[in-house]
Amino acid sequence: MGVTLTSEREAAGPDAASKVNDFSLVVATANGTGSQTANLTLLRSFFKMGIPVHGKNIFPSNIQGLPTWYHIRVSKHGYVARRESAVLVAFNAATLHEDVAALPEGGVVIHNADLRLRPERADLTYYPVPVKELLGGVDVKGKIKEYIANMTYVGVVAHLLGVPLDVIEEALGHHFGKRRKLVDSNLEVVKLAHAWAQANLEKRDPFRVEPMGATSGLIMMTGNEAGALGSVFGGVSVAGWYPITPSTSFIDSLREYLGRLRRGPDGRATYSVVQAEDELAAIGIVVGAGWAGARAVTATSGPGISLMAEFLGLAYYAEVPAVVWDIQRVGPSTGLPTRTSQGDVAFSYYLGHGDTKQVLLFPSSIEECFEFGYKAHDLADRLQTPVLVLSDLDLGMNNWMGEPFEYPSGPLDRGKVLSAEEVDALPSFGRYRDTDGDGITARTIPGNESPRSAWFGRGTGHDENAKYSERPEDWVKNMDRLARKFDTARTLVPPAVVDLRPGAKLGIVAYGTTRYAIEEARDLLAAAGVATDFMRLRALPIGPEVGEFVAAHDDVVVIEMNRDGQLAAILRDELPEQAAKLVKIAYLDGMPLTAAWVAERLVSHLEGE
Amino acid sequence: MDRPASTPKVNRVGLGKQDYVGSPSTLCKGCGHNSVASQLVQIAYDLDLRPQDVIKLSGIGCSSKSPAYFLGQSHGFNSLHGRMPSLGTGALQANHTLRAIGISGDGDTGSIGLGQFKHVIRRNVRMVYIVENNGVYGLTKGQFSATSPEGHELKYAGTNQFPAIDICLEAIAAGAGFVARTFAGDAKQVREVIKAGLSFRGTAVIDIISPCVAFNDEPDSRHSYAYGREHERVLQEVGFIPAQDEIYIDDYDPGSTQVVELHDGARMTLRKIEAGFDTADRVKGIARLLEADAAGELLTGIVHYDDSRPSLAEVSEMSETPLSMLPDASLRPSAAALDAFLAGHA
Repeated sequence: MGVTLTSEREAAGPDAASKVNDFSLVVATANGTGSQTANLTLLRSFFKMGIPVHGKNIFPSNIQGLPTWYHIRVSKHGYVARRESAVLVAFNAATLHEDVAALPEGGVVIHNADLRLRPERADLTYYPVPVKELLGGVDVKGKIKEYIANMTYVGVVAHLLGVPLDVIEEALGHHFGKRRKLVDSNLEVVKLAHAWAQANLEKRDPFRVEPMGATSGLIMMTGNEAGALGSVFGGVSVAGWYPITPSTSFIDSLREYLGRLRRGPDGRATYSVVQAEDELAAIGIVVGAGWAGARAVTATSGPGISLMAEFLGLAYYAEVPAVVWDIQRVGPSTGLPTRTSQGDVAFSYYLGHGDTKQVLLFPSSIEECFEFGYKAHDLADRLQTPVLVLSDLDLGMNNWMGEPFEYPSGPLDRGKVLSAEEVDALPSFGRYRDTDGDGITARTIPGNESPRSAWFGRGTGHDENAKYSERPEDWVKNMDRLARKFDTARTLVPPAVVDLRPGAKLGIVAYGTTRYAIEEARDLLAAAGVATDFMRLRALPIGPEVGEFVAAHDDVVVIEMNRDGQLAAILRDELPEQAAKLVKIAYLDGMPLTAAWVAERLVSHLEGE
Repeated sequence: MDRPASTPKVNRVGLGKQDYVGSPSTLCKGCGHNSVASQLVQIAYDLDLRPQDVIKLSGIGCSSKSPAYFLGQSHGFNSLHGRMPSLGTGALQANHTLRAIGISGDGDTGSIGLGQFKHVIRRNVRMVYIVENNGVYGLTKGQFSATSPEGHELKYAGTNQFPAIDICLEAIAAGAGFVARTFAGDAKQVREVIKAGLSFRGTAVIDIISPCVAFNDEPDSRHSYAYGREHERVLQEVGFIPAQDEIYIDDYDPGSTQVVELHDGARMTLRKIEAGFDTADRVKGIARLLEADAAGELLTGIVHYDDSRPSLAEVSEMSETPLSMLPDASLRPSAAALDAFLAGHA
């Protein structure tokens, strides 16, 4: 079949109207120069203007000096996937030429005039900004001057794109909060640059923003903040952690929120956050707390998951609730520590030696980070097993728009925890006795007043009473029950979200943040006359709806950000009778997928390439 | 010989000694660890501990099996090799009112778990950390452990070529405020030291030389019964007086006996045997350990004592109600709190 896609460049079109509220801007700076404040100010300003917007920080694993790019996409259509940037703010000498070369035809370069730039491409519009000269009259010194220099491009961009200064001021206020002095000193530079641009730069390009009403009522925050907040509303009491990019801000946020929301009337803490010596100890703290009856969480990334395999295998087998947030980055090994990935899916699903299978959740938005933040604890308690929430760097560390979070509708689900009275009412208590047939057995927690409530947790073979056992029949019975419990998990985890379109033949399967590029690509395909169906997995193990979706399509692709198609392999294993038709579209270079890439790959697939 | 049936003796919480036993031991007959386990039964009975107030924690190895052999009515967890400290840290943050008895071994603590051992001490998690130290790997049949002295010879493992790690030295270096060494062959000392450790404010490290009768009990082994009996040098005679018991100071000569008030109001008495030894002096403690090692002495008693450092729970400003016992209503903040938070992100 022949599918002609309108490329993004063509979609941008020659007519000026199509460049209003529909383009990407990239700011190129050196790491550690304080550009983050300037970039977030621009992001927040577009948001406050009511324009759907999303920012992606593409940063190095470095404290100072290496190049960093901040991509802001404004989209009147509400698209938030990564898109090739047409407007460049070039403030980094080291990447100047490659940044300019990467621009599409008709692009814009706003550059620090102090950098040497040969205008090699005639198709671009150049706006030099005399940063040094502009800052000459500003009364600050040293490091602060360097930081504040970035505000010059905020002022120039505001003028060229049409962002009102009062909106910039509001955005700065949001960023600095009560520190009014900082708002004023930054605003001074913004105004200076804005006035200079007004007087000296003639607008010669079509890229502009205009106020819209599309963001009213929405919130904006990072996935890590949302996940931490969800954990707090899930009643988390203990966290053990070890610093690792890109998960650290999860714990930073958690500590801040717990400090604010979890102090008793006497001012004492009803929570505990312990920075451990490594990830072995971090997860040990979580499992210990879970065993002792407190909801506990850790956040980490791939290298930490490797170290946690030992304790999570124990927690699976001894049946201790634990919640782990894996903010995925690129592996193997140290890999690309500041780039995004979906590379931990297979490892996490089977995490632990022997026959281990773990429950995974895949949030795709800040709303789901919040929701899974508390649901993960309900599931871990209900199933008495670890729950791993597989987020990624893109979701975790970048700012996303979202609907205000809904307060959890039901009470906490603490699962089958027996009180002393309940234990005493039983003829006898057996920790691993499956009385309900769902594979989930009742537990007691230390401190239970009934003398019959005690049980001995162990990673060694055990019988129904948690007594040491090497008997083959005890082993098999217990492992079969654990498999039964995993089947119960299928009915409890968040089901896949399915979107069907009339006439669609192709079924697309994905999970997590790839949804944004996929949703946009589906629109591109639809515009070219090809309807598609989409199923977004939100958890493993899969529920029945997943098999039904696959069965209903002759042609199914699984799109993911890793090399080998990890989810595709898991689905082939889970759905053996349909394995042959599951085709992987897997790719990982550390950058979030673009709609253009997804659409091209889908067209290639449809054309049988 | 059977005793005539009579009303069984009970302690202040109405429990008999039988209420503190565990499953039958599967360790070797004569193993030092068994005597420690039976002392723990006695201790719990003597101290009127309620089993539900105690947790037993361990790692992996012969030593770590033993929590199954005492206090069968207490919750316990036989966890991972070298990871008992982190598990205990989490459990005790979840419920800081529990009394924790951690049982580890020389492999579990001196090798695979050395990092967690040092860090649990550094955080001063309130628990008794017992190392049942026999200088050898038993379950894997006789390899040297890190506490075995350089030059020591074993049938299976040959000659040990590396210097020993001294558990007490490591504990003092990490900042432990309660560091003791005892000998499993000296039941009374083991008992009194553990009792005192249970009343300590933070991590109480007790290195118990606990012979392995299967692989390392030749008389020339520093971890054998014979060597211990021959070479034990006792620093002080340790006594323990529970909080509720009267104490008559007159009974103790301040010149020869130090009475130490412990965290929960109990007291530890130290009748000096070695003149001039000061448990408060960290540097002297280290020096004395090195000296004893060079002289081939088995130095026992309280090597270092200092209760000035707060426990992790204290540092955490932990609420009185254990986190694991908080009602759901105080775990989940209100809808209004969520709205207020979200307003800041609009």
